[in-house]
Amino acid sequence: MSKNKKRLIRTLICLGVYIPLFILKIIFADTAWQVWLAPFLLVYLGASYDVLFKAGRNILRGKIFDENFLMAIASIGAFVLGEFLEGCAVMLFYQIGECFQSYAVGKSRESVTKLMDIRPDVARVVRDGNEEIVEPDEVSVGEIIVVRAGDKIPLDGIVVDGACHLNTSALTGESKPLAVSIGDQVLSGTVCLDGKLTISVEKEFYDGTVAKILDMVENASVKKAKVENFISVFSKYYTPVVVICALTLFLIPSLFFGGWLVWAERALTFLVVSCPCALVISVPLGFFGGIGGAGSSGILIKGANYVEQLAKANVFVFDKTGTLTKGEFSVVAVEPSDKRDEILRYAYICERDSNHPIAKSVANEYFGEKDNLGEYEITEIAGKGVVAKGKDEIVLCGNLALLKDYEVAIPSGEKLSDNSQTTVYMAINGVFLGSITLADTVREDAFKTIAELKKQGSQIYMLTGDDCNSAKKVAQKLGVENYKSGLLPQDKMTALEEIIRNKKQGDVMCFVGDGINDAPVIMRADVGVSMGGIGSDSAIEASDAVLMHDKIYGVVTAKKIAKKTMRIVTQNIIFALLVKFSALVLSAFGVGGMWYAVFADVGVSVLAILNSMRTLKKPKEEI
Amino acid sequence: MKKVIKLENLDCANCGMLLERTVAKVDGIMSATVNFMAQKLIIEYDDSKDGVLENVKNSAKRILPDVTLLGL
Repeated sequence: MSKNKKRLIRTLICLGVYIPLFILKIIFADTAWQVWLAPFLLVYLGASYDVLFKAGRNILRGKIFDENFLMAIASIGAFVLGEFLEGCAVMLFYQIGECFQSYAVGKSRESVTKLMDIRPDVARVVRDGNEEIVEPDEVSVGEIIVVRAGDKIPLDGIVVDGACHLNTSALTGESKPLAVSIGDQVLSGTVCLDGKLTISVEKEFYDGTVAKILDMVENASVKKAKVENFISVFSKYYTPVVVICALTLFLIPSLFFGGWLVWAERALTFLVVSCPCALVISVPLGFFGGIGGAGSSGILIKGANYVEQLAKANVFVFDKTGTLTKGEFSVVAVEPSDKRDEILRYAYICERDSNHPIAKSVANEYFGEKDNLGEYEITEIAGKGVVAKGKDEIVLCGNLALLKDYEVAIPSGEKLSDNSQTTVYMAINGVFLGSITLADTVREDAFKTIAELKKQGSQIYMLTGDDCNSAKKVAQKLGVENYKSGLLPQDKMTALEEIIRNKKQGDVMCFVGDGINDAPVIMRADVGVSMGGIGSDSAIEASDAVLMHDKIYGVVTAKKIAKKTMRIVTQNIIFALLVKFSALVLSAFGVGGMWYAVFADVGVSVLAILNSMRTLKKPKEEI
Repeated sequence: MKKVIKLENLDCANCGMLLERTVAKVDGIMSATVNFMAQKLIIEYDDSKDGVLENVKNSAKRILPDVTLLGL
């Protein structure tokens, strides 16, 4: 049985004895106190011997502001004054509160751990043709591991055989299974749902995704939020100040007015509320829950201070390519349009085996017959395009320079590339055939994201290295008024500095990028968010929050979670302070007394903890 | 040097803060943070000095006798 459970059972037994005693004491109020002393003392000692022991030990160590000591003094004091009911109640409720606190903390620790349950237990590694089960950290790069249905992938790697569906929700919060097959990269922490994979390990366990994420979550608390620092300072002074007030309240009025018994009781009440526990526990618990909840939505926030900043963020700066747009080119136009099928077929012939992103997009656009297209000898000309030599035709597929090399006459009506997009030109046997135009596509959820942020009154900026035309098109589509284009990486920093200079005091600027080439900018921003950066080390390192999926709407979700967390934390602080101070003021004037103080101490802690646990809940709106 | 120390039996949040303040005062410690929720003490210390970890252990023992620092 756990220590906490034992304590709870003991406390409940004492409470069971206490309640009938309480009723009897009320009914037979006139009985002499000597009758009551023994039974109440028994209950008291049963409930509090561990606290008394700790208190005694701490006095010997000179720790007088320890909560055990203060509770002991308050309850013993109550006994000395003949207030048996109160004396027992202070201790009983204090114990119940402590039990509840341990339970709540354990519970939320458990649920966050479960959310972050990505640590693989074992790896099945193939050595000398045999499958061995080993710890993931014993596998080295280049070894082959096997993953079966239901297994967690233990190490990052590349699939060399097999295919399956992966549940990536522990990493990305995405519930849709991801299909992988030979050649695909797989990340540790994802779960194989069906089939069997053979994986060539690419990273040691300690360099892998799981280790990195766990490390980040564990270190999240190093960066404390301002409110946490406030609580830290507050708790340092609160207890001594309350104790000194209690002493003053006891000594001074009794010297002047006499009646020291009354003042002693009031002073003891002070001691009951002298622990800042409610605040000290509920604030970190709130942040812990918030960060954990965000994690379950695929958003990693690196510290409580960033939760605080994200909640306040109202100037959003987006990178364009790869962030607001997919960073993939897709075909937007084929000209002349009446020859579309022919152009795409020839383009497919030329580009089908290429790995170039543009070539892939072009080849993907062709949906016609793919076999029996004839034999072609493909020659790639770096920086220009592809030449395909067939039986009785030579196909050119590339940029204008390629066509010029082959002295192809370009029709005068043909508009030349304006750089905003990429155009691939085609010619057959020296005669111009047509062109294919490709452009980067805007992410579907970018519209929703920008609209939502605007609705909240945030300023939106877009920075991009692309030229003016393409930037303008994307900006107009999304409704972003402020954008800067043609920025080299170092110019991005300058542009960001300018935005920082122009923002009002109290504004918090959040930069969102893909984290690959904008790491310095991400670091410079108040809150730097990188997206889809799960595979990229530099991105995870540089940013303050990471969207583990490639959904830009995660920015809005992150802000929502941060705001909710801050709201709950603020509620707790205000509530606890209000109740504690009113308990102090009321008891100084003799109103409420010790019963109220017990509530102000234990009741507030319990309520604040319950409130904090709300942060663990996943946000309703799914991304 | 940075070190993460797992804590056992740290059962009140206020004690965590106390531990944090105490450890921060140990000679050679650059920063100390207690993550009460994760039950961890994270310290950054000057490893050119001798006995820093030993002093951390002792001062923690003095102030919170019930808490065990694992891995020290």
